[in-house]
Amino acid sequence: MQLNDWLIMKQELLLVAIILGILVVWLWKEPSNEAWINGMNLVLFFNIIGGLWDFNYGTLFGESFLVTPLILAEKTILNLAVWIIALFSYDWCKKANNLPEFYLLLITSLLGMFLMLSSQNILLFFLGLEMSSLPLAAAAGFDFGRRHSPEAAMKLVISSAFSSALLLFGISWLYGLTGTLDFSGLITHIGHSPLSILAFLLILSGFAFKISAVPFHLWTADVYQGAPTAVTAFLSVVSKSAIFMVMIPVLYQTFEEQIDIWYPGLIILALASILIANFFAIKQLNLKRLLAFSSIAQVGFLLIALAAHTQEGATSVLFFLLIYLFSNLAAFGVVSVLSAQYGIEEISDLSGMYRTHPFLSWILTIALFSLAGIPPTAGFFGKFFLLLSGSSGGNYWVIGIAAANMVISLYYYLRVVKTIFLNQPVQSLPQHTLSFSVKFALLFCAVGIVLIGFFGFLYEHLFQLLTGIN
Amino acid sequence: MNLLQFLAVPLVTCLLIAGTPRAVYNRMFALVGTAVQLFLVIYLIRQFIAARIQQPAEVYFLQQFEWFPTWGIQFQIGVDGISLSMMLLTALVVLAGVLVSWNQEKMSREFFFLLVFLSLGAYGFFMSRDIFTLFFFLELAVLPKFLLIGIWGSGRKEYSAMKLALMLMAGSALVFIGLAAIYQQAHSFDLAILSRHAFPVSFQYLFFPFLFLGFGFFAALFPFHTWVPDGHASAPTAASMFLAGVSMKLGGYGCLRVASFLMPEAAQYYGPAIIALSAIAIFYGAFVTLMQTDLKYMNAYSSVSHCGFVMLGIGIFNVTSVNGAVLQMISHGLMTALFFAAIGMIYERTHTRQVNELGGLLKNMPIISTVFILAGLCSLGLPGMSGFVAEMTVFTGAWQNTSGWIRLATILSCASIVVTAVYILRAAGKAVMGPLAAGWQNLKDAAWQEQLAAGLLLVGIFVMGLAPFLLQYLTGNEADGLVRSASSQLINK
Repeated sequence: MQLNDWLIMKQELLLVAIILGILVVWLWKEPSNEAWINGMNLVLFFNIIGGLWDFNYGTLFGESFLVTPLILAEKTILNLAVWIIALFSYDWCKKANNLPEFYLLLITSLLGMFLMLSSQNILLFFLGLEMSSLPLAAAAGFDFGRRHSPEAAMKLVISSAFSSALLLFGISWLYGLTGTLDFSGLITHIGHSPLSILAFLLILSGFAFKISAVPFHLWTADVYQGAPTAVTAFLSVVSKSAIFMVMIPVLYQTFEEQIDIWYPGLIILALASILIANFFAIKQLNLKRLLAFSSIAQVGFLLIALAAHTQEGATSVLFFLLIYLFSNLAAFGVVSVLSAQYGIEEISDLSGMYRTHPFLSWILTIALFSLAGIPPTAGFFGKFFLLLSGSSGGNYWVIGIAAANMVISLYYYLRVVKTIFLNQPVQSLPQHTLSFSVKFALLFCAVGIVLIGFFGFLYEHLFQLLTGIN
Repeated sequence: MNLLQFLAVPLVTCLLIAGTPRAVYNRMFALVGTAVQLFLVIYLIRQFIAARIQQPAEVYFLQQFEWFPTWGIQFQIGVDGISLSMMLLTALVVLAGVLVSWNQEKMSREFFFLLVFLSLGAYGFFMSRDIFTLFFFLELAVLPKFLLIGIWGSGRKEYSAMKLALMLMAGSALVFIGLAAIYQQAHSFDLAILSRHAFPVSFQYLFFPFLFLGFGFFAALFPFHTWVPDGHASAPTAASMFLAGVSMKLGGYGCLRVASFLMPEAAQYYGPAIIALSAIAIFYGAFVTLMQTDLKYMNAYSSVSHCGFVMLGIGIFNVTSVNGAVLQMISHGLMTALFFAAIGMIYERTHTRQVNELGGLLKNMPIISTVFILAGLCSLGLPGMSGFVAEMTVFTGAWQNTSGWIRLATILSCASIVVTAVYILRAAGKAVMGPLAAGWQNLKDAAWQEQLAAGLLLVGIFVMGLAPFLLQYLTGNEADGLVRSASSQLINK
């Protein structure tokens, strides 16, 4: 292999370098938490820039590892999300024990996702998936002091193991059927036998577990509530985005012939997710649980567009993921600050927060409105195009149900906004100056939420990436 | 003339308000911003008339920007007579709203920010020539409305704010389904292209109700009017003025410009249903108003009744009735804003809106009381004021339809005016005239800003009432054209 070939996987190499760097520095001496945080924020920023430096595309390792402009862009989106999470977790990180381990776990998980995105071989794909989920289980249990945290870790381990088992079972059937593990080989050999359908359904269930679509969602709320907020944000944004990014080529290319199976399958998953998550979200009292159910509902909307099996649908999915990244991270950013500063995570604790914390209140409001899909926030555009793509087959009843659920979802988002702005404060939260990195991360997200919708060329760019080379 | 400035001025005003923490500057910025906007609209009308004399067209000052090229969506704005008159209405109501909230003390920065932001959405909505743009601006108002009612409202404000937001969102959801269907059929959101696209009749029958009822939520079409009384009664004065004066017109404008215009066959087919619903709204609204003792609830229910005339005109869909519907939108906007302003001024001084507790206010608040009575007279359709012109036109249009059932609906709607007279005169007689009730001896009359606000709206009402041809000159061509182009589509098939 020549140097140029190595540069194809430079995003992965950068992550490996960061991981090794952390280990070496950690061995050498014990810097303070503050130094770790600032250093890592900087390193993760350069990681984004480095990934964009000097484009190299192509395949490696006997065509099992592929980088296209689309995959590069997807990895950059994930890099960006991790950077924002690192920035807004400042307050929490300052108090954390064994902080380097935390970064180590998150970055390892990210590395796994990168491998998964680039994989052209289903075994490599599986390795990447496992590599991305196991560290997260450890990270979910990172708050040793809180009782919920180990519980979250346990639930995550067991449910990931179960979904991996389903996936692996499906993969083994596929191998038995086709005798190949390359995606390109699968396309030609997969056929339409009952066995291949069974294998495909198992694989689809594995995916559904990871994106926590109903009825594979039961682990979500408890894990989201128990895990440290940074990990919750990572789970809900980065993990889900990565799986969706993988699902596009897997469904649209590898299993294209199985469309008569996965189209109704995805629609059922989508409607079940939207309906059930919305009805559960109405009753939630804990902000993180609310966001957990809200993220399940968002998954439902994403699945509707994904099921449309058009390039526009896939573009809408990617576009929405980008918007979802900013919206959800802004919401989790505020939650992270509140829980690290005051230890509050209940919605009722936010009563009258606007009087003491106008900045945080506005950020959370904008984020929630974006999740609800109200303009001028980007969420409006995201949802609009998801549902518009979903209507392409003339399935108006599907988008009708989804649109009706947007009304229901508005109710529980507005309930939080109402608590912030209208309710009388029950306890007055002391004023607290936000650190620069938190402020920057939240403002960055807010600006993203407000502006992305007006940047139609972003959508066009994603569309070209999807259609052009892929 | 660059239409973007009509979005830029409110936006800059908003940013300036957000950037200054001191209350004095907030309201100054809001006043200057909305006043500039009013002048710009008047200037635009002059330019528009000049341009129309030179070269008649469908749309004037059209501007297009690529937005989502993948879907062929453009940010498209342009004006014609109807949208211009609506913009003028918006400018007047917002300026008056800023003036009556001059002494807003509680969180004044946020208040003026949200109020001006609300107007931004209305301007954008009326200028849109692309239904994606239109939908964007339609939904833009959810956040400011919710917060305005929730934070500064009175009574059951949280309930009302939530109800209003959810019901309007439900309307948007219906509109969205209609839009998606239109797009899948015609692959465009451009109104100019869509108006030339012949939608299959079965398609129209299926999706017209979605669009029409969706916009109907906004226009308080019976039975989707229930957000109006609660929302309007709980909102602070300026927000009530804007909600009733402008926001409800978004619905009527949408029904006319999108639903009936694009799907004329379905509009004809569903005409009787629309007429029936609007006649119920008119008649039922009037009788419910009769039972109200709270002034704001009274005006809110009377809005339901008056907006019924707009929908009646659209439902009949002939040249005269559509002209009447447009006139009624503007007339009702001015009149109801004036009424809410007067009620707000009374409430601010007496802290009650119950008719029974008031009395003889004319003695120490002559100006406010006069404004109140004038608004009432306009509401019951006194000749010489705008209400008469608009309602008369709708009736004349409705009478042109010779079907017996429609005649019956028309007669019922006409008869509701008698009921209107009863509740208006009763409220005016009890609250404003008669002996001065105990406790109201030391009330101050309207301050300069309140007089100015009322004066602005009154000028509009009287100009429209005494010289209806002025407004007709602005909107007549377009209203006629709208009906003609839709009916020509009918004939062609």
